[in-house]
Amino acid sequence: MTNDILSPAPASVPGGRLRKAPENFLDPAGVRTVFAEGKRGRRDFIRSAFAAALAGGAAAGAGAQGKSVGEGDPAILKLPAHSTGLGQPVATDGYGLPSRYEGNVQRRPSPGLTQTSQASVSFAPLQSLFGIVTPSGLHFERHHQGWWDIDPAQHRFMVNGMVKSPKVFTMDEIMRLPSVSRFHFIECGANTGMEWGNVAVPTCQYSHGMLSCSEFTGVPLITLLELAGADMKAGKFVLAEGADGSSMTRTIPMSLITSGQVLVAYGQNGEMLRPENGYPLRLVVPGVQGVSWVKYLRRCEVGDQPWGAKDEAVHYVDLMPDGTHRQYTSIQECKSVITTPSGGQVLLDKGFYNISGLAWSGRGKIRRVDVSVDGGRHWRTARLESPVMDKCLTRFNIDWVWDGKPTIVQSRAMDDTGYVQPTSRELRAVRGTRSIYHNNSVQSWLVQENGEVKNVQLA
Amino acid sequence: MSSSRNVIATVLIAVCTLSAGAQGKFPGIGRDATPKEVAAWDIDVRPDFKGLPPGSGSVAKGQDVWEAKCAGCHGVFGESNSVFSPLVGGTTAEDVKTGRVAMLKRADYPGRTTLMKVPTVATLWDYIRRAMPWDKPKSLTHDEVYAVTAFLLNLGHVVPDDFTLSDKNIAEVQQRMPNRNGMSTAHAMWPGKELGGAAGPDVRATACMSNCGPEPKVASSLPDHARNNHGNLREQNRTVGPQRGSDTTRAEGKLGDAAGPVKVVGPAGGAASPNAAAIALTQKHACTACHNIEGKLVGPSFVEIAKKHGGKADYLAGKIKAGGAGVWGEVPMPPQTLPDEDTKAIAAWLAAGASK
Repeated sequence: MTNDILSPAPASVPGGRLRKAPENFLDPAGVRTVFAEGKRGRRDFIRSAFAAALAGGAAAGAGAQGKSVGEGDPAILKLPAHSTGLGQPVATDGYGLPSRYEGNVQRRPSPGLTQTSQASVSFAPLQSLFGIVTPSGLHFERHHQGWWDIDPAQHRFMVNGMVKSPKVFTMDEIMRLPSVSRFHFIECGANTGMEWGNVAVPTCQYSHGMLSCSEFTGVPLITLLELAGADMKAGKFVLAEGADGSSMTRTIPMSLITSGQVLVAYGQNGEMLRPENGYPLRLVVPGVQGVSWVKYLRRCEVGDQPWGAKDEAVHYVDLMPDGTHRQYTSIQECKSVITTPSGGQVLLDKGFYNISGLAWSGRGKIRRVDVSVDGGRHWRTARLESPVMDKCLTRFNIDWVWDGKPTIVQSRAMDDTGYVQPTSRELRAVRGTRSIYHNNSVQSWLVQENGEVKNVQLA
Repeated sequence: MSSSRNVIATVLIAVCTLSAGAQGKFPGIGRDATPKEVAAWDIDVRPDFKGLPPGSGSVAKGQDVWEAKCAGCHGVFGESNSVFSPLVGGTTAEDVKTGRVAMLKRADYPGRTTLMKVPTVATLWDYIRRAMPWDKPKSLTHDEVYAVTAFLLNLGHVVPDDFTLSDKNIAEVQQRMPNRNGMSTAHAMWPGKELGGAAGPDVRATACMSNCGPEPKVASSLPDHARNNHGNLREQNRTVGPQRGSDTTRAEGKLGDAAGPVKVVGPAGGAASPNAAAIALTQKHACTACHNIEGKLVGPSFVEIAKKHGGKADYLAGKIKAGGAGVWGEVPMPPQTLPDEDTKAIAAWLAAGASK
């Protein structure tokens, strides 16, 4: 490559002289086309070249290929505009956007779940995601009093309580400290909560979409506690508090913090946190339910007792059949879900499918995922795609040839402690149906003869 | 992955720096917080009342504050289900004696109110102090927080009508909380040993591989009439791939019907709606704390307002500024202070139909 491309472009190209492009950017025929079109008037050329691409929002249904294609597929025989014209320039979008054809892939609220839109949830479209990383713009949202876009230059982080001297840190200072980057899942404790008693929602977006996974970059909280001279022996607990209107608080065990796992994070998937996810600073508590990952983190206080915060005493408490509530239930136990095919989808035809899904555990790594295509009577072990990481989503895949008969597909995960994801029958036998929180049961999808996939629960 | 190595490394750093002093290792990072700064932010109150500031408030004063600042969302008696879950109800005088809410054992009892669940009075005080009222958190005085807490407890018959709650008697009130004995930490879902917990997970499943369990029988699924309750699922799935979304606006078809064009509802990025600026202003000025675009919240929806007062931009701008009561119901709308140009923009948007 020459440096030519980096030098300022001339206002016009006198005599049609074309500047050298890097690495076969245009082949000789392309150069001739551009030159010819350029002579005729660039504006018209652009208009004609992109007219087809810009027209209409509907994507043609390619679907499964027909048996007979006659002379051939017009998609092959008739060269499209993008094969015969000039594409768009660099930096058309300074911060690029997904394809216009991906517009249906959005996070969405569940109708009727909450009455306000500030204390509410939007669910990640798991049915449309690949691999293990959630695109930051599709990360699920849970706000308790609306979200804010906070000026990082004005944001402060305080450490106080059982410390030698309370400390204040700016974002500049936090970002100067040695950083770590780690992949972890975050799941709301109420994920799948609507499904404790019966089927309530149609798709895995709504049944499992309070789940996301990112690479987080930040500073281990222990580093900041040490800078304040925290009493790690008597100070068995740390309160994390947000800077937003709800000033959300949750109690975190010091043992998890001293293990180095808990991060004060500012980075997410290579960029800063998104405002909806706590920009500029949030707590990352691997394996623990999302409510503890306090957003807009402004303060950590070291103490010798838990705080019994609103989200530890009124919400995020699990009701058991005997009328007691379990308090401080935090770990997200081993769980999995098949995302393709999944509820609300329609299989296009009989034949081969790659069943694919996600597995995770708040206690460690995924050891194994089994898949059943007969409603749980027989199981086969799926392929785990690498990387398989601690307290992180793991992608699994397994081959399947659908014979066109109705069937029920399920996945069942096991983590490296040996814990096996329970069926809803096994879970309800211990915890009843009114817990709201921490439903990690096996998900069943019914594939009907007409290809429609339905969310079902088995007797 | 190297995360376990990172953990070990971090712990080693922790051990080293404990003796050497972390400040020495990271010179120039952080400064001491002033006592005033700590006081400004350290507002938490623990169940043992550590952090509780002195003060007091009566049930009667609490009722005044409640009706002005809380009843709009929570109802006059804390019973309202229209904006948030009910705060009050489901507790009895017997519960106040036993500290166990008997109704929680009943699977047929429909709701769980805040007073049925909350074991600790400090939790109420702390949360009202930090997060209420909904659109103006942290605006109540300490005495107002005592008063509102007293009124709430009075609605649940935990304290009498003539009660005044204070830092002096709040520990006695704790001994009357209806669900004070209703919590358990005997489980394995706390990531540490600090709370006692349990030896291992409560639910033990096995990974059977063949001839497992009973013949599958569907016990629950969505009824047909709920097919389109979450919107058209066809437009909530990608336009390509092994499956399409199901067109839930029509009855199920036969195998193969799902191929064919899929409408893209996007835009994934796309141009913002011309109404987006006005809608953003309603969020910026917290109008949305009380008004939804569609569907009643505390006040009428923007669409309802637009229907009733279409074309009357000046009238609407005046109403935003002056507030009012009685046009839409008993809950008054307080006068709003926002810049004239913002008021005009919101009023014009409402007058034009309040569309998205």
